Amino acid sequence: MRKEENHLQEGLVSEEILQRWELRGVSRRNFLKFCSAMTATLALPVTMMGRVAEAIEGDNRPPVIWVEFQGCTGDSEAFLRANQPTATELILDYLSIDYHETIMAAAGHQAEAAKHGTIKEYKGKYIAIVEGSIPTGADGAYCTIAGRSALDIARDVCGNAAATIAVGTCASYGGIPAAAPNPTGAISVVEAVPGATVMNLPGCPLNAENLTAAIVHFLTFNRLPATDSLGRPKFAYGKRIHDNCERRSHFDAGQYAEGFGDPGHRQGWCLYKLGCKGPETFHNCPTVRYNEGTSWPIMAGHGCIGCSEPQFWDTMTPFYRRLPQVPGFGIEATADKIGLGLVAATGVAFAAHGVASSFRKGDKLEADQVVKED
Amino acid sequence: MARKIAVDPITRIEGHLRIEAQIDGGQIQNAWSSSTAFRGIETILKGRDPRDAHHFTQRFCGVCTTVHSMASIRAVEDALRIQIPDNARLIRNIIMGIQNVQDHVIHFYHLHALDWVDIVSALDADPQKTAQLAQSVSDWKLSSAKYFKGIQDRVKAFVGTGRLGPFANAYWGHSAYKLPPEANLMAVAHYLEALEWQKDIIKIHAILGSKNPHPQTFLVGGMAIPVDPDSQNAINADKLALIGKLLKKARTFVEQVYIPDLLAVASFYKDWAAIGGGVGNYLCYGDFPMDNRGGTDSHYFPRGVIMGKDIANVMEMDETKISEYVTNSWYSYSGGDEKGMHPYDGETTPNYTGPKPPYEFLDTDSKYSWVKSPRYMDQPMEVGPLARVLVAYASGNEDAKAIVGHVLSTLGVGAEALFSTLGRTAARGVDCLMLARKTELWLKQLTDNMDRGILEVHNAEKWEPATWPKEAQGFGYHEAPRGALGHWVRIENGAIANFQAVVPSTWNAGPRDASGQMGPYESALIGTPIANEEQPLEILRTIHSFDPCLACAVHVLDGRGNEIIKVKAL
Repeated sequence: MRKEENHLQEGLVSEEILQRWELRGVSRRNFLKFCSAMTATLALPVTMMGRVAEAIEGDNRPPVIWVEFQGCTGDSEAFLRANQPTATELILDYLSIDYHETIMAAAGHQAEAAKHGTIKEYKGKYIAIVEGSIPTGADGAYCTIAGRSALDIARDVCGNAAATIAVGTCASYGGIPAAAPNPTGAISVVEAVPGATVMNLPGCPLNAENLTAAIVHFLTFNRLPATDSLGRPKFAYGKRIHDNCERRSHFDAGQYAEGFGDPGHRQGWCLYKLGCKGPETFHNCPTVRYNEGTSWPIMAGHGCIGCSEPQFWDTMTPFYRRLPQVPGFGIEATADKIGLGLVAATGVAFAAHGVASSFRKGDKLEADQVVKED
Repeated sequence: MARKIAVDPITRIEGHLRIEAQIDGGQIQNAWSSSTAFRGIETILKGRDPRDAHHFTQRFCGVCTTVHSMASIRAVEDALRIQIPDNARLIRNIIMGIQNVQDHVIHFYHLHALDWVDIVSALDADPQKTAQLAQSVSDWKLSSAKYFKGIQDRVKAFVGTGRLGPFANAYWGHSAYKLPPEANLMAVAHYLEALEWQKDIIKIHAILGSKNPHPQTFLVGGMAIPVDPDSQNAINADKLALIGKLLKKARTFVEQVYIPDLLAVASFYKDWAAIGGGVGNYLCYGDFPMDNRGGTDSHYFPRGVIMGKDIANVMEMDETKISEYVTNSWYSYSGGDEKGMHPYDGETTPNYTGPKPPYEFLDTDSKYSWVKSPRYMDQPMEVGPLARVLVAYASGNEDAKAIVGHVLSTLGVGAEALFSTLGRTAARGVDCLMLARKTELWLKQLTDNMDRGILEVHNAEKWEPATWPKEAQGFGYHEAPRGALGHWVRIENGAIANFQAVVPSTWNAGPRDASGQMGPYESALIGTPIANEEQPLEILRTIHSFDPCLACAVHVLDGRGNEIIKVKAL
């Protein structure tokens, strides 16, 4: 951060707060950098920085109960890769993670007691985070913790929370356990606890940057960010990957990689012909990237598989088959044509989704116009 | 009077594990290991494109992410007889190597350490003495009294809030904690350092594979990451240098922090070198090919089987001798539940017979787990770093011999100490150090290839299903962080006809088989001392020494033609 910029931002955050963070071992430079990054990620005006800073004051650490059901712990691992703030800061300074099976020291009934204690003491005030889908088959026996079914636990934990964040595509939409033929009757958090306030952060796994941004938004405004019709925050899922793709100019110019490792592939040409699902996927991967902005699938030469879209395991497969060819494709084809083509081409028993309207029309976010079709 | 207890959830693992144990006279007399979750991913795989399988199987687990991609891709490549380019071998080795290294360090500090390290005791440490201790065991740069004072102050401030978050309600002050306050403080400092380190070094996965967890770069026939010194969109000199820097950072931390900490902590817990031995049979598939011939004899970690702790006699591994039982697992076999089945013919029909949730205890006289019981020549086998290191050590691998020798002599114990809870934890460190050192060689070889103009990363000869035989079957293996991982695939008419995975935690966490033989977790718990039944810290020590990964273990499904469940209308 440049010096004058630093000075400018310092004025937005109270001296008292900066000093308190310094005492806790967080330099003012790092703290300002964090507040600034958060404000930007959440698309807030820079004048909101002071409010962001106040919201993440340590004394107000919100309690968090993080439960995993039919998951793979990939979203927890993504959380451990967080950078702004880091997992260490989240665990020690920003949140009070009272229950998270992967990292908590307590086990067995002591772990259960910690969870029940928070539900009781902070009823209606804590944040619930759910990873993994919830099975409904076999009377709940497909996933139990401490002898209780996932459904039972989800109702308890999400039903008493201020808000629930469903992390990853499994918790958001059922994900891989719900892929056809859904052997365990897996459902999403919204389906399992219909009355709860739930925000979805799909992705397989989710991007940790989006989780930290959502948490900071909650701390700042005491409510979850605005979401689209699929329950996803608009700040992260409002744009199509294809429209923000760093290889978009190659698509427009008709330059495609034909095979993995061929000259076009090595030169970063468009991956459409290798099966890329970017034209069908709404996510901020191209701008935020992963692992502290290091890379993302298309940058690393592999097409998008649409991992943040509902039922992508069924609608986006086979992953290496190109989205159907449409007339005029390669110049300025609209993604809605591709979407309609996909529906026509797959025509299978799986739920398929098309894109109802095109981009660059109207002022609504594109993601709002995605409709589900049975 | 014998008492039965249940520890559920077992925390600081991947997935859902429950241990029931019968305790009498301060010792575990009997134990049952139960996995309490099931997803059915193999059923979901049926009928799909075999080239897509690795995306699905990677989601078996997000902790040991990448490993199932590797195994299923090798299974398909074995079935279709595909030879991968040398660059793909090297990139895979680097990705797998750093996965093992990162996973082991996270396991030691974040999943296992709190079984041995008392965080609260660290508040009583003298930072000056802590610095002396740290400097006596390692050259690691962060070792001043001021540094440790800063860590201690941070922990004090945290504890002072009265809200301990993930550290609340644990077994702090338990009589089985033996470390002096200074060693506890040093370990707490390194717990925090490792948390930062892991997210940095795993950027290697992002560079080579787009992201972590769940890199998106594997392909049947090679890899999707292009290499080209003359492109800014491929692995070029810049990116090689960055990977090199991160690999060095990884190795330095393992050499200067993890291994010294492991030895320092172990020296206070040598009694655990006589506890938690378990079945005494070890299986290793071998991995990390050193050349591109495709033979199993070129593996850095050799393939082999050890029975009855007899390390003088490493036997050849033959995958046809593997079978899986469901006698005590919640499945049924069409030919009867008493018979084992080889994975190619494997069936997985869920048959839950346990108590309806909520329940207090399982009926351990009947079926009691979602994990099957794999057996090799009908014997239970332990897999994992201990098996890998034992087979390498006994096969004469020079690196394994040198590092194991160093560990044993530093602790002043003999090789028999390896067959224990402590030995398992120490072997993970040996494994980690071996791979942390080896990955740099693979990066150098990749650089040399690129220098010679060898840029191929993918063999597309058999990419199109039209080039495949009508029927094919293959076995794919990998030595994952937690041990021997096998995938078996049958392909018919371009689609998956059957898919079975027998994973490390299935071997280790499985219940009793048809003849009543316990699985490795269960067997290792027998005889474990329990000081306080209300705080069964000792159970966590032995179970964590295996590094459980339960989402992996319960993959299962499907035998042919088992259309068990109705399609859910979405």
